[in-house]
Amino acid sequence: MVNYILRRLVTSALLLLVVSMVTFAIFFLIPKAAGSDPAELFVGRTATPADVAATRVKLGLDQPIPVQYGRFLKGLFVGRDFNAGPSVTHCAAPCFGHSFRNDQDVWPLLLDRLPVTVSLALGAAVIWLVGGILGGVLSALKRGSILDRTAMVIALAGVSLPVYFTGLLAQLIFVHSLRWFRGGEYVGLLDDPMGWASKLFLGWITLALVFAANYTRLTRATMLETVGEDYIRTARAKGLRERTVIGKHAMRAVLTPIVTIFGLDLGGLLGGAILTESVFSLPGIGRLSIDAVNQKDLPIILGVTLFAAFFIIAANFVVDLLYAVIDPRVRLS
Amino acid sequence: MTVLTNQPQPSGADATQGTAFLDVRDLRIHFATDDGVVKAVDGLTFALERGETLGIVGESGSGKSVTSLGILGLHRRGSARVSGEVWLDGEELVGASPERVRLLRGDKMSMIFQDPLTAMHPYYTIGAQIIEAYRVHHKTSRGEARKRAIDMLDRVGIPQPAKRVDDYPHQFSGGMRQRAMIAMSLVNNPALLIADEPTTALDVTVQAQILDLIRDLQNEYHSAVIIITHDLGVVAELADDILVMYGGKCVEHGTAQTIFRRPEHPYAWGLLSSVPRVDQDVRDRLLPIKGSPPSLINLPSGCSFHPRCPYLERDGIPCKTVEPDLSEGSDHGVACHIPPAERQRIFLHDIKPAL
Repeated sequence: MVNYILRRLVTSALLLLVVSMVTFAIFFLIPKAAGSDPAELFVGRTATPADVAATRVKLGLDQPIPVQYGRFLKGLFVGRDFNAGPSVTHCAAPCFGHSFRNDQDVWPLLLDRLPVTVSLALGAAVIWLVGGILGGVLSALKRGSILDRTAMVIALAGVSLPVYFTGLLAQLIFVHSLRWFRGGEYVGLLDDPMGWASKLFLGWITLALVFAANYTRLTRATMLETVGEDYIRTARAKGLRERTVIGKHAMRAVLTPIVTIFGLDLGGLLGGAILTESVFSLPGIGRLSIDAVNQKDLPIILGVTLFAAFFIIAANFVVDLLYAVIDPRVRLS
Repeated sequence: MTVLTNQPQPSGADATQGTAFLDVRDLRIHFATDDGVVKAVDGLTFALERGETLGIVGESGSGKSVTSLGILGLHRRGSARVSGEVWLDGEELVGASPERVRLLRGDKMSMIFQDPLTAMHPYYTIGAQIIEAYRVHHKTSRGEARKRAIDMLDRVGIPQPAKRVDDYPHQFSGGMRQRAMIAMSLVNNPALLIADEPTTALDVTVQAQILDLIRDLQNEYHSAVIIITHDLGVVAELADDILVMYGGKCVEHGTAQTIFRRPEHPYAWGLLSSVPRVDQDVRDRLLPIKGSPPSLINLPSGCSFHPRCPYLERDGIPCKTVEPDLSEGSDHGVACHIPPAERQRIFLHDIKPAL
């Protein structure tokens, strides 16, 4: 068991390393192959060729790619210095790079945006888990009823309608017409809990709708399959209440696939919900990355990508461990 | 045959009230499907006392399992239409409230299922499942129930029960799992135990052990046992009475001795002829019953066995038009139009020598 965990940790670390290499290569090799120069992106279009050449040397962009990558990696662990212009900028570990456009290190930027993304993702996760599982179970138990059909239509709508449609519509109705919720700037949970919830609520619902649809369908399908199992018949034959039969015996089996996809979905979301954050103007990691793309701010894009990759790999790791806890037949070795 | 009912029957009891410990009368279980009504059980009547064993035999789809689930009230009320009467110890179950039947289920009547691997929950330990079965019907502490579970595992012959109680079903072998299943079924000392193909999923070497176990436990608890099987060897081992089912109906009902020594229904002859014997010379082939079990939606008219019966319309009997009932028998129930004397003659001369 311990052995397995250690081995998985090492593989996860290696995987992150590979992701970082590939990302690094994509962001620094492709511009080169396409004929543009990262140094040009740093100094802007109006710079003279001499300026560009100077910047290139300062940033170490004249060095071979492996050397540049090595410096980047070293920065992650011990920090590094950027010799930008007359001053020397020190970027403390973990140094994901330095954004010259914003004149800021990438890591503090990420940390700054993380609470917004976490607030959005966790709030939505609670709603879609409760809504999706409840809807799925009720649909399965009342198969063919009005309730089942309604839930399935909502689920279908949820997966089909894009966030930038439902999100904008929700804002139009609930923020601008009815004024039930607050628009405007994001405020922290600790500064103004009500304002925080009011600003995030529609985002939670919109994002949850997309995921709840999948969870409803998965729960419904698994539940329908499970209630036909022999061990459910055994549970009834023991004289258990129907509530216990469904709530305990059937739910235990239904939760297994749910936990798996939930871990992966949440891991993916922590890397930023680009559409939802943009539609609801939430300054999260998703917004950071889309702004960086628009500004061609390579260090930030690289940082966000690695950050997101970290969450996904970590989520995979946790899900694998959880699986062994949930299903006693799975042995980690 | 001893009558042991807990409640003394008042003299001159209501004629509709059951008198035997388990009294099933005209039980019908029909399922409405898109293709029509499936008459899985159609007018089944039998009685069973405590300490006795009834074997129900028949091919797949003859209504054996549906009967047992019907007695336990395990059919969904929405899809299954159950009618008739099931009297258990003086209490009628078909018309009783689902909650009342639930309270009896697992307590006064319980069931052993065919495949112990799928019939036990894979995510809970054996102990947890037995403890749960005990605590539904007994208000006791977890510790008390656990002691009971270990005790039951010991009783059914599981070595180191105190340790194995915390194992999961997949950590048990097939035979051990069925023992654990039996422990779970018997944890509340049920007066009626229904074993639905209890040995079908098991190794041949384990089958005999499980049957021995069921018999021993039956003697110990003095319970009524119904064994449902397609394996005539199993009922020969255990049953006092045998009920042969075909197409949702009983076609022959008598003591085990009668059914094995001098069966009178052509279907029972067919079943016996399909059993391989090792103590006789090797025959070229077994004699299977020709054809396949009937559709329970459109049963053949008259005697539902007639399309497969080699004695069809012999001497002008009305096989295709008139449905025979069990009263056609002489000393036990046989639903066949052939006159009793003729049936006995056919069995003695044509069937028995070939067995």
